[in-house]
Amino acid sequence: MISAHALTKTFRDKKRGEIHAVDKVSFSVSGGQIYGLLGANGAGKTTTLRLLATLLQPSSGTATLAGYDIVREPARVRARVGFLAASTALYGRLTARETIQYFGRLNGLDDAVIKSRTAQLADELDMHAFLDRRCDTFSTGMKQKTSIARTLIHDPEVMIFDEPTLGLDVMAARTIVRFVRDCRARGKTVVYSTHVMSEVEKLCDRVGVIHGGRLLAEGTLAELRAAYRETDLEEIFVKVVGAGPQGAAPVPPLLS
Amino acid sequence: MNAANIWTIYAKELRDMLRDRRTLLSMIVIPTLVMPLIFALVGFVSFKVIRQARATVPAVMVVGGEDSPNARNAFLAHDKVRVIPTVSDWKQLISGKQVRAAVELPPGFDRALERGEAATVKIYNYDGEMRSSFAVDEIRRFFAAYRETLITARLAQHGLPATLVKPFEVRTQNVAPPEKVGGNVVGGLIPYLFILLCFTGAMYPAMDLTAGEKERGTMEAILSSPVARVDLVLGKFFMVLTASLGTVVCSMVSMLLTVLVGGVLMASPGGVANGARGLAGMNLPTLDPLGMLAVLGMVVPVAVLFSALLLTISLFAKSFKEAQSYVSPLIIVILLPAIVGMLPGVELNARLALVPILNVSLVSKELVSGVWSWGYLALIFGSTCAYAAAALALAVRMFNREDVMFRV
Repeated sequence: MISAHALTKTFRDKKRGEIHAVDKVSFSVSGGQIYGLLGANGAGKTTTLRLLATLLQPSSGTATLAGYDIVREPARVRARVGFLAASTALYGRLTARETIQYFGRLNGLDDAVIKSRTAQLADELDMHAFLDRRCDTFSTGMKQKTSIARTLIHDPEVMIFDEPTLGLDVMAARTIVRFVRDCRARGKTVVYSTHVMSEVEKLCDRVGVIHGGRLLAEGTLAELRAAYRETDLEEIFVKVVGAGPQGAAPVPPLLS
Repeated sequence: MNAANIWTIYAKELRDMLRDRRTLLSMIVIPTLVMPLIFALVGFVSFKVIRQARATVPAVMVVGGEDSPNARNAFLAHDKVRVIPTVSDWKQLISGKQVRAAVELPPGFDRALERGEAATVKIYNYDGEMRSSFAVDEIRRFFAAYRETLITARLAQHGLPATLVKPFEVRTQNVAPPEKVGGNVVGGLIPYLFILLCFTGAMYPAMDLTAGEKERGTMEAILSSPVARVDLVLGKFFMVLTASLGTVVCSMVSMLLTVLVGGVLMASPGGVANGARGLAGMNLPTLDPLGMLAVLGMVVPVAVLFSALLLTISLFAKSFKEAQSYVSPLIIVILLPAIVGMLPGVELNARLALVPILNVSLVSKELVSGVWSWGYLALIFGSTCAYAAAALALAVRMFNREDVMFRV
């Protein structure tokens, strides 16, 4: 379960002055649900997700993940969150097994648990062939699987994906998409950021359109289609973003 | 703070580093080889050059003296110099290092000596050039002996004893232990090398563990785990410290072995010793092993200081390359006090004992020569520990700053 209340993150930039990277963003996601955060580059997706993962501290507002507050109990939040971004890489000189073990230990698991979890994850992700090879020899697909396994080692309740398919080929991207669905099937709470419309259509139960740090529209795909009288998600996105924050007024029911 | 987490991070970083050829090279191979190589190379080259310079009879010219056959012929008969025919541009030949020196006999030199008048013999040389100075030494030796002969003859003429003009002799003899002599010559060099190696050993891992990790995109994954930032810093810090001290220990062991092996070689009959002994800096020193251990002890807080500082600085960088551009100029900042410590005449006092790096450099010079100033040792160790603690606290603070961790 995730619930964000007026999450705000302000940066100070010497040239541009004060920047509201995330501006009073509120939404909630329940277990077994995938929430899609749809936005262009620089819209505030990554900052929002980093706030949820407690990598950054909000300037104001807060959020609770799995019942813990991100400001007051960041360590407890992190223990219940799996964070996977396209930009996160692996340690090239460690093997897949060592990588998974490292993150297991960092999450406070004892070695017996890590061992059985690793075996289980290697079964599920079909990793046995390369489990004891060094990550710098891996193909993109192997790297993806290893990243997924290290994210899942502590069996987190909440999964945060920051554009996980960015720069991946079709096959590797499919592994990710299948894995995200799997998370939902197991009842995990999932937030998924992307700028790819088709991924939203394939995966997400609810969608939030973010632009300029603000959540401009939110709802199920069906609700958005009805509100904007468009079937194509891209058209809906352009309409929402084009209308800007002021244009958000006609769709308050979706925001509630 | 959680010791298990710190250990997990440390163990992982250590394993990662030990699999990295570049670290092994900078941490073990180079420091181990650099000392014997420096000693062997410097020793060999200087020995050869000096032996050659000594072996060759210096070529000199005599300017003037045509009217003083006595002095001139006596000089020509001196077999430690080779007098070559005088040419008009003899000064250029000295500058061009073709002739080592020239000696100018004033007009009427023989006559002046007979009459007991004052006269000046001039020696022309290439100041600072070793072979020229050897020639000057020989010329001086000849004229000193020539003067002595004249004095003795004059005294005898008047029926006076030789002790009249030389009532006593002055002779110097070294009573300092060999450690002390070696300490002064090489004592400055050892801490300088240790401080440099301490820094270079920490440099690569510090950059790799911070900026490198940011660049590769592994930092975010670590930060999203429940590990506290302070555990993360300490785990990484201990790794950098290990690399730094590992480098110093490797070089120290190799240096002790070099001195030991070198000492045996030098002591062998007819060995290098005859040619090289007595030339400052060229002979291998006798070092106090206990002093060397104490130097290592003094270097530990310096290593802590360097490790924490390097972590802090390279954490600020977004990429390994950027970190390098911040860290490389630091070498000069680090070396400056170490070099000042090597200068002759710079001695330890209470104020200098508080200057980081310089203080360790100075006290190490004393330690390797077997001098233990306990008060200064305590002051230096304490102050360096304080600086190191401050640097470590700064590193922890930087790891907690999101604008540094996620700098865009």
